[in-house]
Amino acid sequence: MNALFLAAEEAQNPLIPHLDELVIGLIAFVIVFGILAKKLLPNINKVLEERREAIEGGIEKADEARIEAESVLEQYKAQLAEARHEAARLRQEALEQGTALKEDLRAEGQRQREEIIAAGHAQIEADRKQAALTLRQDVGKLATDLAGKLVGESLEDHARQSRTIDRFLNELEEKAEAAR
Amino acid sequence: MSADTTLAFDASCHIFSGCGFPAPGLHTFLYKPMFEVAGFEFTKPMLLALLSTLVVVVFFWAAFNKPKLVPGKVQMIGEAGYDFVRRGIVYEIIGKKDGEKYVPLMVSLFFFIWIMNIWSIIPVAQFPVPSLIAFPAGLALIVYVLWVSLTFKKHGWTGGWKNITGYDKSLGWVLPLVVVIEFFSNLLIRPFTHAVRLFANMFAGHLLIVMFTLASWYLMNGIGIAYGTVSFVMVLVMTVFELFIQAVQAYVFVLLASSYVQGALAKGH
Repeated sequence: MNALFLAAEEAQNPLIPHLDELVIGLIAFVIVFGILAKKLLPNINKVLEERREAIEGGIEKADEARIEAESVLEQYKAQLAEARHEAARLRQEALEQGTALKEDLRAEGQRQREEIIAAGHAQIEADRKQAALTLRQDVGKLATDLAGKLVGESLEDHARQSRTIDRFLNELEEKAEAAR
Repeated sequence: MSADTTLAFDASCHIFSGCGFPAPGLHTFLYKPMFEVAGFEFTKPMLLALLSTLVVVVFFWAAFNKPKLVPGKVQMIGEAGYDFVRRGIVYEIIGKKDGEKYVPLMVSLFFFIWIMNIWSIIPVAQFPVPSLIAFPAGLALIVYVLWVSLTFKKHGWTGGWKNITGYDKSLGWVLPLVVVIEFFSNLLIRPFTHAVRLFANMFAGHLLIVMFTLASWYLMNGIGIAYGTVSFVMVLVMTVFELFIQAVQAYVFVLLASSYVQGALAKGH
């Protein structure tokens, strides 16, 4: 231990730098600085930069994926909404069509019913007229026959005969009208 | 004990044996040259300084020579240290844009000083290199030359002087006073305190550890053993404390260096 320590030749001021030490200290530091500044720190800076880019690239990719997913979702939602809308529209249309069809059918039915009724009425009227005509003739014949029988003579005069019958029938009709 | 003692410590001396306490002093920091080349005396602190270079370079070589995107353990530690100085000191003080250029200097300074300090508590080495003023003075000188030249480069001759002296017309009648004070404070006292702050901390720390160590040994006699034990506990406490101070002083040195550079780059008053 003793050998390590040297006697000071003279009282020394610890604040005055020893030149040899100063030189060694500067050399020692310059070596550190040189190697770190010229080689090692640029090395690590490059890698740190690469790493930063890799991380940011990853983040960017994730961002892209997220944006794409969002846009796809948006599309799906839009399509879904459109489909819903379409369905609603179709339903509405079908409803409208159905209603229109029903309306049409009803109108058609009504019309047919009225036609049938009208036809029936016409038929009835025609039949009635036919019947009336037939009846009138029969009644005329019958009455003429009856009158001939009653009077005992043949009423040859057709015109007069006809007039008489007509008058008779008209009276009958008037009576029937009045009775109605 | 005076500085001209031939033997710094007398290991055979104990309390109650008639000899005085071999107190540590300035001679504690003087080493006999290990060898001498053409009048150049190579001493243990010089060896430790060069070993510091070796340690720092080897470590960062291992960490950063073939850096990988996914770092290994050594690279991870290196990156943590590098990031600590880069972000924690340089970016904080000078700013990211202006500071990037000075990161290598500050990183080198920090780890070089730190390792030089750490020798203080490494067995066999047991000497903080910056407790010799020449080492911190050299580093402070580099920083001094850097920031002074930066000041004149950035602001020109008159602008540089205005920056250094804190020249500001709005100060009115106190202006001459401010200029004189700032001139002395910045240009003369600043490099001195910059170096001495590191030197004195390491000097005092080493002195305390040596003193308690010597006392532990010296008291190893009779009842003195009880006191010696206390003294030895103090050695352990001081060692842990020094470990902390070593890092703090390296940090402070670099912090100040960064703030000087920042001041040189900053817009004048």
